[in-house]
Amino acid sequence: MPFQRNCRVIEVNQIANGLFSLVFDCSDIAGSTKAGQFVHISCGDGLLLRRPISVCDLDGSLVRIIFQVKGSGTSWLSERKQGEVIDVLGPLGKGFALDGSRLLLVGGGIGVPPLLMAARQASEQGKKVNALLGFADADKVILLPEFASACDWVEVSTENGSLGKHGYVTDLLISRLEANQNICDLILSCGPQAMLSRVAHIAKEHHMPCQVSLEQRMGCGIGACLVCSCGIKSPGGEGKSFARVCADGPVFSSREVIWDET
Amino acid sequence: MKPDLAVTFAGLEFKNPVTVASGTFGFGREYSNFFDLSQLGGICVKGLTLKAREGNPPPRIAETPMGILNSVGLQNPGVDEFIKTELPFLRRFNTRVIANISGNTVEEYSLMAEKLSDAAVDMLEVNISCPNIRAGGLAFGTNPKSASSVTKAVKAVSKVPVMVKLSPNVTDICEIALACEDAGADALSLINTILGMRIDIEAGRPVLKNITGGLSGPAIFPVALRMVWQVCKAVKIPVMGMGGISGAEDAIEMFFAGARLISVGTACFKDPYAPLKIRQGIEEYLSRKNKASLNDIRGKLITD
Repeated sequence: MPFQRNCRVIEVNQIANGLFSLVFDCSDIAGSTKAGQFVHISCGDGLLLRRPISVCDLDGSLVRIIFQVKGSGTSWLSERKQGEVIDVLGPLGKGFALDGSRLLLVGGGIGVPPLLMAARQASEQGKKVNALLGFADADKVILLPEFASACDWVEVSTENGSLGKHGYVTDLLISRLEANQNICDLILSCGPQAMLSRVAHIAKEHHMPCQVSLEQRMGCGIGACLVCSCGIKSPGGEGKSFARVCADGPVFSSREVIWDET
Repeated sequence: MKPDLAVTFAGLEFKNPVTVASGTFGFGREYSNFFDLSQLGGICVKGLTLKAREGNPPPRIAETPMGILNSVGLQNPGVDEFIKTELPFLRRFNTRVIANISGNTVEEYSLMAEKLSDAAVDMLEVNISCPNIRAGGLAFGTNPKSASSVTKAVKAVSKVPVMVKLSPNVTDICEIALACEDAGADALSLINTILGMRIDIEAGRPVLKNITGGLSGPAIFPVALRMVWQVCKAVKIPVMGMGGISGAEDAIEMFFAGARLISVGTACFKDPYAPLKIRQGIEEYLSRKNKASLNDIRGKLITD
């Protein structure tokens, strides 16, 4: 059950190059959000569409989101000041199903934040949680202390080798799974499309259940307008259909996604 | 005294003039989480086709200055599935249910009209104006002869009033409107989206996978208003005005231009409560102007 609320901004900080953290106060949304769900935020009168942003963390009635400034909407959002009010719709979508007992989180770039909430909720449930986090550059690295506190271990890679292992987070995933096939019984992943497609492939090769959180340009955000579709295999069959990323997702089983149709 | 918002349209009573536009409101389920759908005058459901359609590949949306482009391409479960699973849900609310239909052929239009009027929807909205599918749709809506033959075919079998949804992507919308009226249409709705496109200059590719899409939102409102005004002067049948209505002021402009009902679409994406706020704003305007009902402003544009 989503809410539309005018929410007070508690703080906005730039936490890395082009990446902002915004905390707002809303007990209705904070009280009902699950890991992997998102909020849809109105970014000023000049823009017609809200901006969908995954929830990163909750603290009482406070909701934390992290976003990358990409255009006029996220730029507007990054300029909010403490005490201002933003119009938020949420929580929306279907989040992660924390089914396993040993979770491996695989995050890339701006896909890292929603995994923090999954890490916290899973570790509160007594599950073992570890994380592999990939970034383009050391100046884009976010949330390491938070993941460290929620996980047994965290391994980091950067594409240019400026921090952690030199390479992609999918390289870390392959070496971990090849070293120990029992390192996890469920993979949760969020990141760029190419990375997710690769993670899905690796998970399949290792017969590992895997959930991925997809991104797509959205309209209404609640499942009515059908613009944010992704290709999904029909249950049990050869056929395909389009699912709504906003309402049927954003989290899908990696095996149901048709990767060249998303 | 509280103004009377009720409207008679194509022989049907509408409790208020605010409907929601086809393609923006699904089959109502999602928005029913926000408000009681019985507060709406009517619901134009997501465009239906005879068989289920997947729609176009994504991305299907692009934002433009005060507008959006979409290329959904009539994704829907098909008319039979709608009657079986969606219509019973909509019937739980005290509001008019208007079924929007698109066919590849004239025969498909009449088959759907038969099924839906047997299923007792309140009205049919014949979509001859979808810009996002190749066959049918817009192909019927840009030519007076084919618009007329679709209208006649649907009228021949329908047991409920028939409204034809017109495209703005024509040289003379009045010519099509008159053809539909002559063919027996009970009402007209306009406008559907305006065909447009955007290009991602970094990638050198269109933003929409379908290359072109339909423009909606406040950017198209002046065009919609002009066309509603022209069509209302040209025909005698009632008109549902739509296209970029985002506030009560826009709706009231539509009434002055001659519309009897209005439809809210893209505005719901920003504010799910937009149709209720617009209804409220219309009521407040009538009160402030001491008007007893919409009859006192409809078509009352002063042009001298």
